[in-house]
Amino acid sequence: MTARSVGRPGFLVYGLLTAFIVGSALPLYWSFLIGSHTKEVITRDTPPMLPGGHFLANAQRVFDSVPFWKALGNSLMVSSVAATSVVFFGTLAGYAFAKLRFRGSTPLLVFVVVTMAVPTQLGVVPLFIVMAKLGWTGSVWAAIVPTIVTAFGVFFMRQYLIDAVPDELIEAARVDGCSQFRTFVTVALPAARPAMAILWLFTFMMTWTDFFWPLIVLPAENPTVQIALNQLQSGYFKDYALVLAGTTLATIPLLVLFVATGRQFVAGIMQGAVKG
Amino acid sequence: MTGDAAPDEGAASPVATPPEPPVVRRSGARAASPWRERLSRWDVRYSPYVYISPFFLLFLVVGMFPLVYTAVVSVYDWSLIGGKGEFVGLQNYRDVLENPYFVKSAVNTVSIFVLSSGPQILIALALAGLLDNALRGATLWRMGVLLPFVVAPVAVGIIFGSLFGDRYGLINEALNWVGLPSVSWHTDRLASHLAIATMVNWRWTGYNALILLAAMQAVPRDLYDASAIDGASRFKQFTRITVPSIRPTVIFVVITSTIGGLQIFAEPRMFDSTLAQNGGSDRQFSTMTMLVYDFGWHLRDLGRASATAWLLFLLIIVIALLNYVLSRRFGALAHLTRRRR
Repeated sequence: MTARSVGRPGFLVYGLLTAFIVGSALPLYWSFLIGSHTKEVITRDTPPMLPGGHFLANAQRVFDSVPFWKALGNSLMVSSVAATSVVFFGTLAGYAFAKLRFRGSTPLLVFVVVTMAVPTQLGVVPLFIVMAKLGWTGSVWAAIVPTIVTAFGVFFMRQYLIDAVPDELIEAARVDGCSQFRTFVTVALPAARPAMAILWLFTFMMTWTDFFWPLIVLPAENPTVQIALNQLQSGYFKDYALVLAGTTLATIPLLVLFVATGRQFVAGIMQGAVKG
Repeated sequence: MTGDAAPDEGAASPVATPPEPPVVRRSGARAASPWRERLSRWDVRYSPYVYISPFFLLFLVVGMFPLVYTAVVSVYDWSLIGGKGEFVGLQNYRDVLENPYFVKSAVNTVSIFVLSSGPQILIALALAGLLDNALRGATLWRMGVLLPFVVAPVAVGIIFGSLFGDRYGLINEALNWVGLPSVSWHTDRLASHLAIATMVNWRWTGYNALILLAAMQAVPRDLYDASAIDGASRFKQFTRITVPSIRPTVIFVVITSTIGGLQIFAEPRMFDSTLAQNGGSDRQFSTMTMLVYDFGWHLRDLGRASATAWLLFLLIIVIALLNYVLSRRFGALAHLTRRRR
């Protein structure tokens, strides 16, 4: 499909790509490498090439130093609630923008696109004031609330649904006597499923890796994974075996998710791009 | 499907006269049908708003209100503990602008951004060009270049903080090994910016390459066939056909990386291995977002934190516009030279 008339790529292309990917993986390997040795290894003149046998011992020290299980649970909670909510509201609104005609749809859509460019991170001060007033600071709900809708979610679903659902199909459902809602559920939702999966994964990952807002509202005793890593780094700043073992542990969940769903990730990024 | 087929049809085409119900079985059905018809028309007219309003209501609360209210907080004396104080006008802005760390952080932010965005776009273009071949196992290669993207910025900052360690880092050991002197990655200002820019490049180049690749695959293939007949080399094809054709996507990538890049926070914060974590002993790699955090949650001054946030917003707008104009100019130039040949 993507073949060029020039023919199949040669060794040079594969070689350069391999070099790039090895370079990409190297820092991750370094993290595991140092994390699997004792803390003195970093002071050696030449770093080791192969992993040592101390990873589990270091991991144990991570669990002893910070509430890592709690952090994992919190991150899982925050990210999946955010992802589910973004997909839900994004699909509803995205469908309306893609397929339904209504007064004000164009300016409202422009508004959505413009706000995508506005860094919502800049609203942290008022968000914090509100959370403090409600007494939510310190709980995971404070970390969840600002993530429950994104303009990107709406735009992404709209772009997908415009092509994925033919207008004739909606028209046919209407002629058959389906109400708007029924048309949405029986015609649009099945077609939207692949994009919903991609948006879910994407939002999950973005929320999992988020740092600034959780740092503001969550205390050391009730952290997300990123906050726990931050604690590890600021508390034991010389012990890289401990810190990098923690970093490796923190990266494993997303790595597993990525290996399982990498195809969707790639498709999602490339899909969003063509039309974005 | 159900009995209300006819009224629905009428609603779909409002010009048509309201049709009679097809079969009237009971006398009650006749009375119900105008009501049903009206219901169906409402359904068509108002349900779009029902679908979009949950999003907009929530977005107003968690997205727009905070943004606007930041401006309000920024003109008050507002403490993290004591809450709202007196109205002070633009005093917070004056204080922030006069703070010696403000200019330093602004310069650092832009410097790190420039060091990361330029090389990133070029490498991403080249990488996309490599991926835009009939590769065996194309998806696996694409996943491979995306690998760093799943590593959280906090983890990236820690890992590279160790790689760029001043004393025992791998980079310095490699430099020594080839006979070069060690670099003070954490204390030297420019070196620290380079190290942080490397983190950004590492995490985002593959991601941007995939976006560019998607655009490249939409370039009509017969353009390449024609130029191949004219004897153009692959490299020439790439610079004369591919890159000009995907110009809008390049601009898109530049603008999004401007918005994201200028807000950089986790990487420089984790790169700092001192306990203060505010961008080095002399704030040599402190950024604007770090300053927002510093004002708000170290100095407990939400007024100045808000003022800093607005100034950062302004900086982002100015640089994004500048980038937009520049990349358009650049693209237009490429077009001109292409036409002339």
